[in-house]
Amino acid sequence: MIDTTPSLMLVIAVGAFFISGVYLVLERTLTRVLLGVILISNGVNLLLLISGGRAGGAPIVGVTPDEDMADPLAQFMILTAIVITFGLTAFILAMAYRSWQMLGHDEVQDDLEDRRIARLAARNAPTVEGSDTSDVTDISVDDEASAARDDIADGRTP
Amino acid sequence: MLQLLIFHAVLAVIAPLIVHRFGRQAFLVAALAPASAFVYALWSTPAVLAGNGPQSVIPWVPALGLEIALRMDTLSWLMLLIVSGVGVGVFIYCSAYFSRDASGLSRFTGVLTGFAGSMVGLVLADDLMLLFIFWELTTVFSYVLIGHYFDRKTSRRAAMQAIMVTTAGGLTMLVGIVILGVMSPGGFRISALLADPPSGGLITAAAVCLFVGAASKSALIPTHFWLPGAMAAPTPVSAYLHAAAMVKAGVYLIARFTPIFSTLTVWTWLVIVLGGGTLLLGGYRALRQHDLKLVLAYGTVSQLGLIILITGLGTQAAALAGVTMILGHALFKAALFLTIGVIDAATGTRDLRRLSGLGRAMPTVAVTGALATASMIGFPPFLGYVAKEAALEGLVHDGVPGQPSWVAILVIALITCGSILTVAYGARFVWGAFATKTRQSVIPIPATTADGSPAVTSLVRSEDITHPTWTLKAPGLVLAVLGLVVGVMPSAVEKYLASYAATSSVGDPGHLTLWAGFGIPFWLTLTILGLGAGLFFARRTVESFQAAVPNAQDTERAYRRFMRGLDNLAADITAFTQRGSLPYYLSVILLFMVLTVGSALVFTQGDMVAIKLWDSPAQALAVLVIIPAVIMVSRARRRLKAIVLMGFAGYSVAALFLLHGAPDLALTQVLVETVSIVVMVLVLRRLPPYFSDRPLKTSRFARFALASVVGLIAMGLAVTIPNARIHESVTVDYPQEAYEFGGGKNVVNVALVDMRAWDTVGEITVLLVAATGVASLIFLSRRSGDIYRLNQSPEVIESQQVWSSGSVPGPAAHAAQESFSELVTTTGATQLRSGARFRKWIRAGQTLAPQRRSIIFEVVARLLFHSMIIFALFLLFSGHNAPGGGFAAGLVVGIALIVRYLAGGRYELGEAAPVNAGVLLGLGLFLSAGVGLLGIVLGGEVLQSVIIEFTVPILGDIKFISTLFFDIGVFLLVIGLVLDVLRSLGAEIDTHIDSLGEEGARR
Repeated sequence: MIDTTPSLMLVIAVGAFFISGVYLVLERTLTRVLLGVILISNGVNLLLLISGGRAGGAPIVGVTPDEDMADPLAQFMILTAIVITFGLTAFILAMAYRSWQMLGHDEVQDDLEDRRIARLAARNAPTVEGSDTSDVTDISVDDEASAARDDIADGRTP
Repeated sequence: MLQLLIFHAVLAVIAPLIVHRFGRQAFLVAALAPASAFVYALWSTPAVLAGNGPQSVIPWVPALGLEIALRMDTLSWLMLLIVSGVGVGVFIYCSAYFSRDASGLSRFTGVLTGFAGSMVGLVLADDLMLLFIFWELTTVFSYVLIGHYFDRKTSRRAAMQAIMVTTAGGLTMLVGIVILGVMSPGGFRISALLADPPSGGLITAAAVCLFVGAASKSALIPTHFWLPGAMAAPTPVSAYLHAAAMVKAGVYLIARFTPIFSTLTVWTWLVIVLGGGTLLLGGYRALRQHDLKLVLAYGTVSQLGLIILITGLGTQAAALAGVTMILGHALFKAALFLTIGVIDAATGTRDLRRLSGLGRAMPTVAVTGALATASMIGFPPFLGYVAKEAALEGLVHDGVPGQPSWVAILVIALITCGSILTVAYGARFVWGAFATKTRQSVIPIPATTADGSPAVTSLVRSEDITHPTWTLKAPGLVLAVLGLVVGVMPSAVEKYLASYAATSSVGDPGHLTLWAGFGIPFWLTLTILGLGAGLFFARRTVESFQAAVPNAQDTERAYRRFMRGLDNLAADITAFTQRGSLPYYLSVILLFMVLTVGSALVFTQGDMVAIKLWDSPAQALAVLVIIPAVIMVSRARRRLKAIVLMGFAGYSVAALFLLHGAPDLALTQVLVETVSIVVMVLVLRRLPPYFSDRPLKTSRFARFALASVVGLIAMGLAVTIPNARIHESVTVDYPQEAYEFGGGKNVVNVALVDMRAWDTVGEITVLLVAATGVASLIFLSRRSGDIYRLNQSPEVIESQQVWSSGSVPGPAAHAAQESFSELVTTTGATQLRSGARFRKWIRAGQTLAPQRRSIIFEVVARLLFHSMIIFALFLLFSGHNAPGGGFAAGLVVGIALIVRYLAGGRYELGEAAPVNAGVLLGLGLFLSAGVGLLGIVLGGEVLQSVIIEFTVPILGDIKFISTLFFDIGVFLLVIGLVLDVLRSLGAEIDTHIDSLGEEGARR
């Protein structure tokens, strides 16, 4: 089994990326959140790299002897992660731009719908107006049903 | 039998088409479905009678042991006859009942047919799971049918109430089913369970669960309230579902399992208390209703209680009486509901306070009603009478099995009292529907309806009564007459049903007879009829009494309180958990991680913390760049500064990758980092240069504390994970496999396109979605923006100079333009603006605003572009054996496009890549995933690579590997992604800026 003792330098880099990334992710500016996400993903990629074991030669047959290769497992997982992070970056940027277009800034606001529900919950009001179970009326359903009529043919037409 | 179900399903699905073609006559076509089931049941009669009814077992989900097991024994046969027979009548009735332009008829027809099919499946199922599935299907169909008039609040409430109650019961039943299926040696097979019943405490629990399910379906107390509410459904639905078929499912379940459960005391007492209670409550409440349909609805509740009370006792005589009653009830109750429909259609009301003189106006209907009611109240010689006599006789003879004799007396008393009430409300029904009224009712008709509009309170005038067609009248009449015909030949009924009764081992065989002599049952019947008639004649007193006593029962109100409470609880929990704040959510997630992962780390053993300083000293250099960079990123207040510093950190990571022996990663990281920075700058030119003000310092401190803890845990993981490893990596054989099977030397790339190709397919799908998301966020109304080409009219290009805004027209700009002209002259490129092609460095240069042009950049772009494309192709084709591959190649092409775009604007981009990004994305995914299917064609697995080697003269040996297509797909998709991002975040934002600039200029 290949040597898996981690390198302190990489561990420090992981820590640096995580601390700064988490710090930024907890902000409200979407650009900062994006920066945080990118930093964290760098940290995660390094974490994956470390878990693959010691550094080695490029995993290319004929270039490096098999036993000297770095673990390719960690590598293709990271490769996937890098590219997906790019997709995510583009998407968040588009969101930031859209937010700027509509609101003039790219702050992540609190969700209004959630706040409305919180207010309603505070005074025990029905969350959905006119929902079928929310109203406690004294008219029971069967009394109402007795008034309901169908779309009936009037009987005259054969 | 399976064919029956399929036939129902097919008719249900095509029903809307039939309705579209034939209007309401489509019900006659749909009636073929229940008719087929009816004919099949009749055809199977001899076999069922001989005890070898048809059965079939078809494997369904073998891995879960699920089978479509169908079997027709006596009970199923009877139920199938009832369900399909009444079904045919109801379908025919429907074809005349609804008006020609009634709303939602096509849906109604399909759902009703589907319901008939699921009912057939329910009674034929020989597998508990299958039974449950059909059971729930009937619940769902019933929900849709009750809520047929979904624009009415009443319908919605009633439907919701019905489905909540019956589904709750159904889920309880599922628990029972699972227990039975696990305990029974025959698994979920019902016939095996009945033949060899397991026993024990768990089985008792299962029996109770099953009973709860049956009780909710058959509207026993305390769940009875949904059934009267369900009268909001159209009347044919009430006749079919809520009288004859669906509510009988509960009864069927009781009848099915009583033979093995009746020995349980708890079963017997549930039957007596809930059945008897429902019998009395339903009868009592039926006496005060003024809506004919509600009279019958409460009557149905009461009768269901009676049937379960008798069927669930478990003696042979009671079993025989019970199934006879099931048949009798289906016949008369369906007939009565259909009668109400006729009355409703003829007079426009169902209120018995307004109906008068109908007996004279519609004698046939009146006869139908009278015949059916006679059977209901147990008047000799109708079927209802035969069944009730048999029940009383059996109780007198055998008592209640396993219980002292006073229990039998109690049950007899319950049945007697309930029957008295039945006689009273039966008479009230006939009187209310058909009699000529002279006196004002005790409880007057309210002057306004529920929605506040004035109500009609006058009696129906005889000239207003229309005369319904025979299509409406016949089905009810046939059913009612059958109740009489079958009633007068009790021994024939006994012959057919006795084999069900024989499945019970308790007591002596019962008998059905019209005249059993002057025994106790005879006198009881006399008492019932006499007292019931007395109660009817004292109806004004009864009504006054009921009006005076407050309606103290209501479980319906309790149900609504409960639902409201649930609603509130849900809102409270939502309000507590869904704060709507992103930092809050993230903090919760991170805290959770800290608690779980962190606590695991705390208990890590000491030998797992081995660490070395570095793999190579150069790592320290990279880290020395990373640490200040990330600190400054998190402290930066200028967006641009933060991004540039981010780039430093990113490139350092690429260096770390390279040092670790991962050239592919390093290459990709560098390319991605570059593209990211450009894209970010493209967007950030629109956002304010500085971040908005920072929140309070305390929250900053808290954030930093959380970040530090998370960072420490990540470092802990980084130390622990590699040390905790005890196995050789799964990739230990990859190099060899990659070369032998994948045909490539670069293990990472072969893994991406071959060994782990599914992952890559998933990944590029994510990219496609992201690209589409970006485009849809920017373009809003289209998939993608225009491809700006030079062949658009020159005036358009001239009038919308790219990047013209942002510079105020004035001396400075003028000077810039002049110096530009000079530059053009001195570089000998005067012809640039005159359109002489051979002198242009880049094709769309003249579309740029003059002050934005950079001749050096144009020259560089011109020189670089083609080299970069060649380089990309090299990476693409060599990627199997050397660093490179589809991702890297695609990104290089992307950067080449970026260079062209930055040098020449959106028209240059259009000239460089005159294709729609969506096309590239789609083509890429198709090549990657679609060509993966080639492996199947050539006899392997999906995405398996195929290596073809052949020799071409001159060129020599050529090794062709099918995964090349996969890589080309990835390549195209990545180009599509970058192009999409450039088109939206680059070109489209340009047009936003330029149009804003023009507006600004106009103001």
